[in-house]
Amino acid sequence: MLHIVNKSPFDKNSLESCLSCASDGSAVLLYEDGVYGAIKGSTYAEKLQSAMSNITVYALEPDVKARGIADKVIDGIKLVDYTGFVELTADNEVVNSWL
Amino acid sequence: MSSVIKQFLYVNRKAPYGTVYALESLEVVLIGAAFEQDVRLMFMDDGVFQITKGQETTDIGMKNFSPTFGALGDYDVKYMYVCKQSLEERGLTVDDLMDLKWEDEDDDWAEKDSIILVDRAEIKSLMTDADVVLSF
Repeated sequence: MLHIVNKSPFDKNSLESCLSCASDGSAVLLYEDGVYGAIKGSTYAEKLQSAMSNITVYALEPDVKARGIADKVIDGIKLVDYTGFVELTADNEVVNSWL
Repeated sequence: MSSVIKQFLYVNRKAPYGTVYALESLEVVLIGAAFEQDVRLMFMDDGVFQITKGQETTDIGMKNFSPTFGALGDYDVKYMYVCKQSLEERGLTVDDLMDLKWEDEDDDWAEKDSIILVDRAEIKSLMTDADVVLSF
């Protein structure tokens, strides 16, 4: 299963709720302001890193670069381009786009 | 009409009147039900406020759409999952929610509770088990 989050965790609780509802082995893709959740050393980073032992986290590279945080992304988060985004949605039977 | 029946899980996370998400979700739920799909609702985070008892919207000039949830049973919508933790965080219990029912035609039309309290672990499997998840 793929979960998609496009809101900053510092503004909305979408990522927090998503992580608490993502079953082991699922994928979480951060894009738009969701990529702010991928910043190393933030108050949110620890929570995301602990979730990463059971789920795979992806971030959309164009959004990461646009926001100037490309060198701050937590180790282990996989950067994908738009094609990778499409592949993730195609490879997962169920997709939940959190608002 | 359609031979393929999919299980649709509508995840509601917004309070009812501050934004239009809750009302829009309900519209889509009704469409799914009209197409005779297996439609289920989940309420978590502020979404639990959508189904509280005693909503009275006259003075804000908006339609009170909460009674519509009571009609969903007639559209064969049987399961409304409510996140226990979200209720607790907001000082609510199941007694603060509307008494939503559906009638079981396989059990002499007995009235059954639509609301099912679930924890996060149960939510995980409900999401994984659905064919389609729609978030509002």
